[in-house]
Amino acid sequence: MYATFDLDRPGDLAAALAILRTKGAVALAGGTNLIVDMRAGRERPQRVVSLDKLGVLRGIRQARGQVTIGGRTTVTDLLLSPVIAKTAPALVESARQFAGQMVRNTATVAGNIACGSPAADLVPPLFALDARLTLVSARGRRTVPIESFFIGYKKDIRRPGELISRISWKAPSSRSCALFYKLARRKGDAITVVGVAVALDVERGRCRRARVALGAVAPTVFRAREAEAILEGQTLTPELIESAAEAAAAAARPIDDIRASAAYRRHGVHALVRRLIGQAWEKLA
Amino acid sequence: MPTVNLTVNGKAVSANVEARTLLVNLLREQLGLTGTHVGCDTSQCGACVVHVDGKSVKACTLLAVQANGSKVTTIEGLASGDKLHPMQEAFREHHGLQCGFCTPGMVMSAVCLAQNHPNLTEKDVREGLEGNLCRCTGYHNIVQAVLAGAQAMRR
Repeated sequence: MYATFDLDRPGDLAAALAILRTKGAVALAGGTNLIVDMRAGRERPQRVVSLDKLGVLRGIRQARGQVTIGGRTTVTDLLLSPVIAKTAPALVESARQFAGQMVRNTATVAGNIACGSPAADLVPPLFALDARLTLVSARGRRTVPIESFFIGYKKDIRRPGELISRISWKAPSSRSCALFYKLARRKGDAITVVGVAVALDVERGRCRRARVALGAVAPTVFRAREAEAILEGQTLTPELIESAAEAAAAAARPIDDIRASAAYRRHGVHALVRRLIGQAWEKLA
Repeated sequence: MPTVNLTVNGKAVSANVEARTLLVNLLREQLGLTGTHVGCDTSQCGACVVHVDGKSVKACTLLAVQANGSKVTTIEGLASGDKLHPMQEAFREHHGLQCGFCTPGMVMSAVCLAQNHPNLTEKDVREGLEGNLCRCTGYHNIVQAVLAGAQAMRR
């Protein structure tokens, strides 16, 4: 058996936040990372605050062009939601390829963000949506762009006792296309080797907005802004798409590990950015 | 020690557990339901799959207290008396097992898949069983068994 801990299952958010202020307390949502890490001895919290009774943190709504989901929304919830299907197709694609059905049934969106892995599958599509995160603690709440949340490998800006309570984004226009591709060694239950999410908005034959978000090729998920700048304002051509793909590959800072070499990952970024931008442009043009 | 109250295979159960007790420990060690297996201990292999409120979950990654108030179904809860569940029957009929270690998890995942997909395809089965590992047979017969079991469940 693994190390013991005190467990709380607060019935309201204020009570949960009050307990999370205490030293050594961690929040438990789906548990698909935390419990595995606790059992392996990588995490030894003194106090675990289970959020399972906080229905207020779970759910998906759309109002006035804004989509908001609770942090404890599960990956399966994303797959069953017509709102997500309509407003976040790349997120749906990443949810479909997320682990396996049993993990999707319990793993939560906030948990996937908070785990801080550069290979977290839901994160690149959320970057491509310019998603915003609401962080709450006993001291108050703040909203930050997801892009500024990560500051290093498994490091983020959360202060002690802060939770990701909501994730929100603006519903994209009808002239937009978002795609995600997960490159991994097998389809299911695999850690991503390269994850790419792209989004294009087109207006009068030009690319008005481009997002290229890369996963598993740097200490954090990040936007390849050089690639986006090459595309924005332009009528896309194969040459432009090729230079954007080159820029994205140049911006990657991949490592060699048991899943793939750095060179393979960089090559993957190049090929996938070219492919996805090409596909998205073709759909919109 | 926290007390958990849950329904396991249709029966109301009350047990005292430690905070760290996993659902799979409660089922196997306290309730004697050893049909649910522990394979990898790292939430990868799927031998421990049970249904919690109708959804398939890995019981080695869920605290017993988190299942408080839930309806849990294990492999022991599928058959009615001596009559196997159609999915169990299909695994037998199609040789969907060799050593049998992964089978309880495979069957529980398969039942959930069949319930969620009215017209289950081979692709659905292969994708749906991504979180269940078998080290003996390969997956061909398992997939055939799940397709046949799903069809039998519709009858």
